[in-house]
Amino acid sequence: MVLQPVTSPNGASHSVQSIPVALNGRVLETNRRMPLNLDWADQVRVNTSAVERRAATHCARRTVKKDTQAAWLLRAIACMDLTTLSGDDSADRVRRLCAKARNPLQRHLVESLGIEELRLTVGAVCVYHAFVETAVRALEGSGIPVAAVSAGFPAGLSPLAERVDEIHRSVESGAREIDIVIARAHVFNGEWQALYDEIAAFKEAAGPARLKAILGTGDLMTLRNVARASWVAMMAGADFIKTSTGKEMVNATLPVSLVMVRCIRDYAERTGCAVGFKPAGGIRTARQATDWLALMKDELGRPWLEPSLFRFGASGMLGDIERQLEHHLTGRYSATYRHPIA
Amino acid sequence: MSSITEKFYTMEYGAAPEDPKEAVRWLDLHHRRFEEFIGGAWVSPASGQYITTSDPSTGEAIAEVALGNKDDVDAAVAAARKALPAWQALSGHERARYLYALARQVQKHSRRLAVLETMDNGKPIRESRDIDIPLVARHFYHHAGWAQLLEAEFPQYTACGVVGQVIPWNFPLLMFAWKVAPALAAGNTVVIKPAKYTPLTALAFAELAMEVGLPPGVLNVLTCDARNGQVLVEHPGVDKVAFTGSTEVGRIIRKATANSTKKLSLELGGKSPFMVFDDADLDSAVEGLVDAIWFNQGQVCCAGSRLLVQERVAETLYSKLRARMETLRVGPPLDKAIDIGAIVSPVQLETIRKMVETGVAEGARCWQPANAVPEKGCFFPPTLLTDVHPAARVVQEEIFGPVLVGMTFRTPAEAAELANNTVYGLAASIWSENINVALDLASQVKAGVVWVNSTNQFDGACGFGGYRESGYGREGGREGMLEYLTPKWLHTLPAAPAKAARPASDPTSDINAPDEDDGFTPAISPIDRTVKQYIGAKQARPDSGYSFPVYGREGELLGEAPLGNRKDIRNAVEAARNASGWARTTAHNRAQVLYYIAENMIQRRDEIAVRLAAAVGEEQAAVEVDLSIQRIFSYAAWTDKYEGVVHHPPGRNIVIAMPEAVGAIGILAPSEAPLLGLLSLVLPAIAMGNTVVAVPSERYPLIIGDLYQLLDTSDVPAGVVNLVAGRPTELAKTLSEHDGIEAIWCFRSDEEATLVRNASIGNMKQVWTNDGHEYDWFNPAQAEGRWFLQHATQVKNIWVPYGE
Repeated sequence: MVLQPVTSPNGASHSVQSIPVALNGRVLETNRRMPLNLDWADQVRVNTSAVERRAATHCARRTVKKDTQAAWLLRAIACMDLTTLSGDDSADRVRRLCAKARNPLQRHLVESLGIEELRLTVGAVCVYHAFVETAVRALEGSGIPVAAVSAGFPAGLSPLAERVDEIHRSVESGAREIDIVIARAHVFNGEWQALYDEIAAFKEAAGPARLKAILGTGDLMTLRNVARASWVAMMAGADFIKTSTGKEMVNATLPVSLVMVRCIRDYAERTGCAVGFKPAGGIRTARQATDWLALMKDELGRPWLEPSLFRFGASGMLGDIERQLEHHLTGRYSATYRHPIA
Repeated sequence: MSSITEKFYTMEYGAAPEDPKEAVRWLDLHHRRFEEFIGGAWVSPASGQYITTSDPSTGEAIAEVALGNKDDVDAAVAAARKALPAWQALSGHERARYLYALARQVQKHSRRLAVLETMDNGKPIRESRDIDIPLVARHFYHHAGWAQLLEAEFPQYTACGVVGQVIPWNFPLLMFAWKVAPALAAGNTVVIKPAKYTPLTALAFAELAMEVGLPPGVLNVLTCDARNGQVLVEHPGVDKVAFTGSTEVGRIIRKATANSTKKLSLELGGKSPFMVFDDADLDSAVEGLVDAIWFNQGQVCCAGSRLLVQERVAETLYSKLRARMETLRVGPPLDKAIDIGAIVSPVQLETIRKMVETGVAEGARCWQPANAVPEKGCFFPPTLLTDVHPAARVVQEEIFGPVLVGMTFRTPAEAAELANNTVYGLAASIWSENINVALDLASQVKAGVVWVNSTNQFDGACGFGGYRESGYGREGGREGMLEYLTPKWLHTLPAAPAKAARPASDPTSDINAPDEDDGFTPAISPIDRTVKQYIGAKQARPDSGYSFPVYGREGELLGEAPLGNRKDIRNAVEAARNASGWARTTAHNRAQVLYYIAENMIQRRDEIAVRLAAAVGEEQAAVEVDLSIQRIFSYAAWTDKYEGVVHHPPGRNIVIAMPEAVGAIGILAPSEAPLLGLLSLVLPAIAMGNTVVAVPSERYPLIIGDLYQLLDTSDVPAGVVNLVAGRPTELAKTLSEHDGIEAIWCFRSDEEATLVRNASIGNMKQVWTNDGHEYDWFNPAQAEGRWFLQHATQVKNIWVPYGE
C-alpha cells in the first residue's frame, strides 16, 4: 500500500492524510454516543500477567532502522500533542511552545532529511483553558489545532456543572480538541451509568470539538478497571481514550495501552465506529515512540498511525527525537542543548 | 518523493538485520571447518569425511563439520570413561566452579551464540537472543547450584557414570544445556551428539569449555549421523542415555538399550492441547497461541498445536486469531523484527506441507494469512486448520511445524476428555479467568507441564518432561538431577540371577506328590485350600482352567495356585484402569486404608507366618510378616508426606511441582521374599494413588490367598490391587505389552528384565527394574522410601502466573 499525500489548498501540513479508516477490511465511522450496554463493560476479561508478557515481548519483536526509523520518528512528531500543563505556565511559555509546534524540526534537519514537502507539524498543542486563546492566536494559519484540558483537570472532582461549563468556554475560545478527565471514583464504585452520563454530557458540551477522555489509568490501578472505563467512555461517545493526565504516579505504560487498544478494536468490531488512542505522560524517548507506533500498527493497523486516531501526549519526547534524527543524518550523537527548546 | 517521505506515508517495517559479523569472524577463524571435540581436543574424524551444515533461510553452506563414525564414538566414550574418576573425585564445590564459569562464558558470548544458532537453525534472532541463550545461561547457573549442594541434598546418591546424550535440532544449544548441565553437576562425564542439521553452537560451547579449563574428556561432542548416534546409545561404555527427539526415534533407542541396564530418560514428541474457556481473556489467549505454535516455527515438542476452544467463543477466537496471523512477519531469521523464521530443512518443510495436504484431504478448512512468505529458503506460512475432528491425522500426529488445528468443546469435562485423547502427554495450556476451572483442568490433564494462562515458559528450576508416549524423566529442578544419579547402595547389592526360574511345573502334566520320605505331614490336605486370582476385588478362577502346584522348600506340596494367562491379565488391567479414581481420593484416606491393612495383618500375623514358613522357613516368614506390617505403616505415613514443592522462577509465577500417580502399574514381584518383596513394590504404588496388577513370585504364589483376605477386609477399593498368579515370564510379556499399563516394575532375573524392556516399547511405558541387582528387602534403608516413591510418581509442573 503506497499512500499518496493529500495536497491541501490552504498550505497546511501535508503530514495529515485522509486515508480510509478500516479494521480487518471493514470501513469504520467516527464514533458517536451509543446506548450504555453494561454487558460490554461487565464481560471484560483481562489477564494482567499475559498482557504484561505481550507488552514486553512486543517491543522485542519490533524495531525499525535507518530511513524507516527516521520516517517513524517523523510520524511520532505528526502524532504528538505538544503539551505544557504546569502551574507555572505563562502566555510567553505557551507562545514558545506554539512556535516549536509549527517548526518541530530545525530547518537543516528538514532539508537534510528531504522532507520539506511534508510541512511537518505536531498533531496539536495542548494547554490549560487559560491559554487557549493565546495558543489559538499563536498557531493561526498553521492548521494545528489547540487542545484544552478540561473538566476539572487533573482531578475531575469539581461540580459537574462547572466542568461542563469549562468545556463550553474552551470551545468558544477556539479549542478544537477537549481532553477531559473522568471521575475515577465512578470506576472504583462501578457507577457506570454516572460515568457514562458525565462523559456524554462532556461530549455534548464539546460540540464539534474532538473529545479525548482521560481515564487516569495510574489511579485506576487494575487493568480490568482500565478496560471497563474504556468501554464506558467509548459508548458515551469519546473520540479518543487517553491514559493519563501526566500527574499520576504512573502514567502511560505499554500494558495499559495494550488493554485500551484491544478495547478500541473490540468496540470497532461491535459498533463499526473508530475511536482514537492517546498515551500520555512518561513517554520521553524516541525508542518509546517507535514502540508505541508499532503497537498501534500491529494491534489496530495503519489508520491508527494518523493523528486523527493516534496522539502522544508528550513534552520532552520531541527533543529526544530531534537528537535521534540528527544522529541518523550525521552518525554522531547529538547533545540536548543543540536543539531549540519548546 | 524522498525515501523517508515515502516511508512516512507507508509506515511499513523496513529491514532490521542483526549484524552477523562476529559470528562470521568466528566461523572464518575456524576456516569454516570443525572437528569433533574428544578428550579436550579437536580431533579429526576417523572417517576423514565432513558434511556441510547450511543456513535454512538461504540454503547457503555455513561450514563443514566432521562426520564421526564408530571409532570416534569409541574414542569419545573412552575419553569420558578416563575422565570420570578424577571428575567424580572433585568436590561439589569444585564442579560448581566449572558450571558457574560455563554460565558466565555463555553470557559473555551470548550474541555470538545467538547469531550462530539462528544461522544454523533458522529460528528468529529475537528468540535465540531473548529466549534460547538466556535460558542456556540460566540452566548452567541453576545447576552450578546443584553441583555445590550435591553432597548435602543427595547424600545417598552417586553419579551414573558416562552419559550418552542425543539432542534435536529445534533448540540446539538449549537442549545441549538441558542435557549437559545436570549431567556434569551430578558428577557424570558426557558424550553428546548434537543434531546433524545444527552442530555449530555445541561446537562453540565446546570451545567455551576449553576456555574455562574444563578437564579433558569430561565433555565430548560428537558430530555424526543418526546411525552412529545409535552406536553411542548402545555403547557398552555408556551407563546412562538421555535423548530428546521424536517418539519414533525414542522407540529405536528403547529397543537399542533394552538388553542393558542403562538408565534412560526420554523427552519425546507431543500434540499438546491449548484449551480456551469462554471466560478467558481471548486477546491474551491469541497471543498465547502465537507463543505456542508460531514460536520456533512450531518446531517445538511442547508446542500448543491442538487448540480446544469452548464452542460459545470459538468463532470470536478464530476471527481474532486470523486477524493476528495477518500481522505475523515471516522472513529472514536474522531480521530483528521477524516473528517466524525458516523451517530447519527442505525435508522438514516437505513433511509439513504433506501433513497440511492430508488435513485438507481429510476435510479440514485451511486458513493462511495473505502476508508474504519469502520465495527462497525453507519457509512455511502460519496455518490454521479448523473443521477437524479427533480422528483426523493432523489432530493425532505431531506436525512439528507452524500448523495449528482447532476444535471445540462444550463443557470442562469434554475439554479434559479431548485434551487427554492422545498418545502424548508433554504439555498443556489452559486459559480461563476462573481459578477453579483452570486448576481443575490442570489436575485432570495428562501432561508433565501445564501452563495456566501462559505457554512455553521454561526455567532451570522447574522440571520439564512428559507423560505417556512423550517420554519419561524430567529435565530441570531436583527431579531432573535425579535422572543423573543412582543410589549409592544399589552398586553394593549382589547380582540378580541371569536366568528366569524354571516353571514350577507343567500344568498339563500330573501334579507330583511330594516325596513321602520328607517327613512333612501337613495338618490339612493342601489341596483343600483353593487360591484364586484376585481381580477387581473378586476371587476369580483362572481363565485357563488350570492350576499349578506350589512346593515348599522341602519339596512338599503346599497347594495349588491358579495358572494365569493373557485373559486374566487383560481382566486385571481393566479392573486396575476402572479403579483410577483411587488417585483422586485424598492422601489421608489412602493412608487410612493402608493402616487398616496393617491392622488386619497384625490380627492374622501368625497364620500368615505359619503358611509362609513352609515356603521360606519359619525364621524368614516371621521377619517377612513383621517387616511387612512395618512397611505398610511406612507407606501409610508417606502417603500424605511425599509431596511437591512450589518453585518461584523468574517472572511473577508460582510453579507447583506436584507428584502424581503414574497410573496402572504392572509389578513382577521378586522371589527372595515372596510377601515382603511383593508388598515393597505394591505399597509405594498404591500409596501414591496408582493401581496395580501384581504377579507374585512363583516361589510362593499362594500368598495371594492371604492377601486378598486382608484387602477385602481393609476397605481397599475394588481394582486398586489385582493379583494374578502364573508363570511370571509369560505374564510379564502380556503385562509389558498392554497399552493400558503405564509403568512396569520387574524385580526378577536379568532375562525377565530384558524381556520386559523389549516388550514395553509399544506405548513407551516406564520401566523400572532391579538393574541386575538383588535388592535386600529386609533392609528398610534400601527397600522403602523415596527411591520407591519417586518411581511411583511423575512430577507435573503447573505454572500459575498471578497479578491483577
